[in-house]
Parts: sequence; C-alpha cells; structure tokens
Amino acid sequence: MITDAAPIVTRRVRQEGSHTLQGYLSTGGYEGLRAALSMAPEAVREEVDKASLLGRGGAGFPAGRKWSMLRKSPTTYLVVNGDESEPATFKDRLLIEHDPHQIIEGAVIAAYAIGARQAFVFCRGEFALGLERLQQACNDAYAYGALGPRILGSEFSLDLVVHPGAGAYICGEETALLESLEGKRGFPRIKPPYFPAAIGLYGEPTVVNNVETVSNLPWIVLHGGEAFAALGQGSSAGTRLFALSGRVERPGWYELEMSKTTFRDLVYDPSLGGGVRGGAALKAFIPGGVSAPWFGPERLDLGLDQEAVGAAGSMLGSGSVVVMDETSCAVRAAWRISRFFWRESCGQCTPCREGSGWIEKMLRRIELGAGREEDLDVLMDACDNIAPGVSWPPRQTTICVLGPSIPSSVASGIRMFRDEFLLHVKEGACPYGAAGEGGRR
Amino acid sequence: MGHLGEEQLERARRLIALYPERRSALIPLCHLAQAQHGWLTPEAIEDIAGLLGITPAEVQGTASFYDMLHTEPVGRHVVAVCTNIACMLAGAYELLEHAEAHLGVHVGQTTEDGEFTLEESECLAGCDIAPCAQVNHRFFGPLDEAGFDALVAELRAGTLSEVVPPHGVLCRVERAVGLLAHRQEGPGDGAAEEGGAGGEGLGGGPGGGGARP
Repeated sequence: MITDAAPIVTRRVRQEGSHTLQGYLSTGGYEGLRAALSMAPEAVREEVDKASLLGRGGAGFPAGRKWSMLRKSPTTYLVVNGDESEPATFKDRLLIEHDPHQIIEGAVIAAYAIGARQAFVFCRGEFALGLERLQQACNDAYAYGALGPRILGSEFSLDLVVHPGAGAYICGEETALLESLEGKRGFPRIKPPYFPAAIGLYGEPTVVNNVETVSNLPWIVLHGGEAFAALGQGSSAGTRLFALSGRVERPGWYELEMSKTTFRDLVYDPSLGGGVRGGAALKAFIPGGVSAPWFGPERLDLGLDQEAVGAAGSMLGSGSVVVMDETSCAVRAAWRISRFFWRESCGQCTPCREGSGWIEKMLRRIELGAGREEDLDVLMDACDNIAPGVSWPPRQTTICVLGPSIPSSVASGIRMFRDEFLLHVKEGACPYGAAGEGGRR
Repeated sequence: MGHLGEEQLERARRLIALYPERRSALIPLCHLAQAQHGWLTPEAIEDIAGLLGITPAEVQGTASFYDMLHTEPVGRHVVAVCTNIACMLAGAYELLEHAEAHLGVHVGQTTEDGEFTLEESECLAGCDIAPCAQVNHRFFGPLDEAGFDALVAELRAGTLSEVVPPHGVLCRVERAVGLLAHRQEGPGDGAAEEGGAGGEGLGGGPGGGGARP
C-alpha cells in the first residue's frame, strides 16, 4: 500500500529554484526556525523526542536520544553529516543539491536545541554542485539573518561552516568524520567513548546528525512531534527517503511513509520502481545499502520498517534498495561489493584490512572461473574472522562497523546462491558471460 | 612553479579563520591548491604546511589518504566512471572498457595530450542515472557508449567549460562572510587578519584535541 502521506523533506525539490533563498522563502522556508526560536530549547528537544525521529544516516539511532547524551560543557558542536557514500545511496545528494536551505534551517534548529554555537556541514567532496549550492545557501542565510548573530531577531547566535570532504567512504562514520574535520586522515576513533556526545570535535561534546535527519526538523517543529510520530508505525516514524536502483524500470528516490509501504510496492508499483527492468524476474535485493545482507523475493512483502527488516536478518540502513534480476550474477555482485570495502578500508584493523583484500581476491578468482569448491568454505571462514558467527547483527572485531559490513554480501551470496558459485567453479567461467570483465584487474 | 599565489594565500587565511583549530583547514586548503594547479604540487604542500604550522609530511600523509587529492599531475579532465553495484548492474564495466579504448589509456592513466585522466570510481551517489560518470566532479549519466564519445568530444571542444571547470576547481562559490556569531566585529570584518585567533572566542582552543584518549 502506498499511503497519501504528504512528503516532508522532498516537498519542494521538484520546484524550479528550490535551492535558492527566494524559492525557499516562498514555500514556507525558515518558518520552522522562527517557531523553534520562540520556544525554549528543551521544548524543541521534547518535540523531537515525541517525533521518535530515527537517524537517517544508516544506523537508525534515535535523534532525540543522541542529543540527550551530550556531556555538559561550555562548548558544544553540531556537525551535519553530508558525506553520503554508502553505495547505492543518493538521497542526501538530492537534498543537498535541491534544498540546501532546509538543511541549514534544520541545522540551526538542532544547534539551538542542543546549545551549540558553531555548526559544520560536512559535505561529500565529490558533490561539486551540492557544495556550490550549500555554500551559496550559507552565504544567503547569513545575509537573511538565519545564520550569524541574533538569528531572526532572537538572542541565539550561530556560525555555520560548509566543509568539503575529499573522497573517503570511511568519513561517513561519525568519529572518522570528526578526525577528517580536524584535518587528519579519516581514521575512526577507538570506542569507548561510543558517541561524540561525550568526546567529539576537538575533544568537545558533539552531535553528528545526518542531512536527512536535520531536514525533518523544520517540519517537526511546525507540525509537532506527535504529527510526525503519527506517520509510520511504532519506532519507524515519519516518512523516509528511499533510493531505488539496480535492475528496475524507474530508478530514483521516493519519499514514503515508513512501515506502510512494502518492498514489493517500492519495486513494482508503477508510480515507484515500475517493476524489474524488461519484466525479468527479481532474483534478490539489498534492503539498505551494501552493508546490509541481501533478501530474496520471499521478503518482498516486508514493510519498509526498521524493526521488521532487522528482525528478518538485515537492515533498512541508509534506505537504499538495490534490485538484482535473473540476469545479474551473484558472484559478481558480491565481488564488486567486497572490492568496494577493500578499497575503502582505512587500514587500521587487521581483520578488515586483510580480510577485505583476501575476500575480494577469492571472489574475483571464482568469477573468472579459476575458483575451487573449497574456496566457499575459506570465504566463510574469512567472514567469520571479521564478524564471528557471521550472523546479524554482526559481532565486531574492528574499531568501526566497516569491517563487519564486509561479510554481509559475501555470506548472502554464498548462502542464497551456493549452486551458482559452484557452477562458476565447475564450468570454469561465469555462466552469465564475460561481458564487462569485472575481474580483469 | 607550484607555490600558492598571492590570491590563494589570502583565501587560505580566510579559510583558516573559519575553524577553531587551524589544522581543520587542511582539506579546504588542499582543494584550494588543486584549484590553482590541478593537483597538489610539492610546493603547495609546503605552503599549506607553513600556513597550518605543521610539517609537509603531515600534509602529504593526510592528503594521500583521500581519493580526490592528487599528489601527482592529472589531466585537465579527470573522468571517473563509477563501477559500483548500481552502475555495474547497468553496464558500467562495459562502459569503462569502452572508455579505455576510446581514450586510448588504461584506468589511472592520462592521455598524451594531458586532456583526460581516466579513473574507475566507487559509488558517486548517481545511481538514479546509472551508469554514471563524473568529469571533474560534475555528473553525467546515464551514459552509453555513444553518449560517452559525445561527452569527450564536447570536453575537447570546450563547449562544456561552463559546467565543467578545469580539474581541481571544486566549489566556485566563495564564502561571503567570516565568523560572526560570537564576535564584536561587524560582517566581513577582519576575519582574515585574525587567522587562527578566531578559535578563542569559540572555546575550542589549543589542547582540546588532546583531551581524547
């Protein structure tokens, strides 16, 4: 079922000039901030608590609780995480390019609620257009009075800096992001402390919130947390921006009420994915970014619901759904995903650094037809060394969750499509043909 | 010469003033240097180190961690073809092979005329336009072989120069104001001259980072 819930974060992205201050103001822009500034900060926090807003970056941690964990300190920072890099995720790019003022407004509301006096928006470096639009929006927000001293005539003052990344997936991990923002390599920090709320940027308490998370705040303040929580179901409140890609007729982003819509709706509804490309049969899908274990077609009727997907053994993660069809080679898909993790591992932890490389090499060998039957066991053993038990949620042997994300696709591929892996070994070639020789390097 | 020019040095000082600690400006300064030279020259790395009060090795060691920062020369156009899962399912490897044949270089190489460097990229967040590529971090897609050839022809002819500035130029919008919220100065006032002193008013002064275990 697709509900008629009105979009929240994408309500203006299709309008001409949605990224400009004028376009923003003409569609109710900065009204949420005005409302927030007329409330006490704790009242704003209360509304966000009532909204049950879960973080939209991937981990799905309650935003209100993240705020409440802040250590008391004269200096508190807000950092908006716009380093969107999880493969197949492209929803933050949409918001950055087409509604940058909404991000700034949300950031000011968040900073006001937590008492931060300086905010940063860490924008993925590869988003050149996004960076330009964010910087322009930042400049215009200062001129308008939505940033800087005594914002919109209130007593609240905030500076905001748009900070460009430089190309590293790991910087989406919040402690790596903070290291990068401090001008260092993006090495995730040892936990504990588990949250930057205790020790964050420059050692000070810091909240790191995703772009989509803060983009919801103006609406929540204007309409109330209860109205937000009334959308969706249970812990999966509100709407969510889903990024659909792979073998579908209509790849793209879709903002949907959480829980109410199923994966089947998302893939097959004519107003959404429009079905598998060319009417082919769906083979498997990834429900929430390449860190998530795969699902087969029997899971299509699951709702887009964080708890339900978790209970079924995967995660809604970053909200990106990738569809594979009967023409997609499972070995190749698992290989390409493991290649990504190998390239993006920061190299601090041995299980991740070494494991990702060996897994990538073995999968490539199988895909090229030079694999051995026992490779499958060795692959599962390598996965077990990275995430003992190879179960979900994964156990962790590394500083951050990049490591335990590696086994997801490898184990999914082997468990769901063991025969296909063995066929590669038996035939000494990829049964899907050598087109686009993925393993040549 | 690969040193930062006067204008770049001035912009660098303004960037540094935006951060509570100078070193935070490292990546923005690397982008600034790349905008001038197309890549991070050893001279620019020295200049950045001097501006930040750290060693060139620290700048180099940090920059080399990041895919977008090039410590060796690249072409005027860096063509990055995404081959990650969504693009792969849409034929990205076939496109990449075509790109290699069409440009006459392998991934990682630059054409003899210095116009094009070809890269195989991780997911660029353009999965709705798969298979996609970026040229100097501007998106193009979905691309088929003919589309790729047409793109290369346009880049060679210079007809896309408005959309695709030379490699290294990332954000063409300058920050208009310095930090304002907790200072006495008026808009645009003196931020550049103050350099790292901007951090004092924000309470994130020296030693803050040292508190971490």
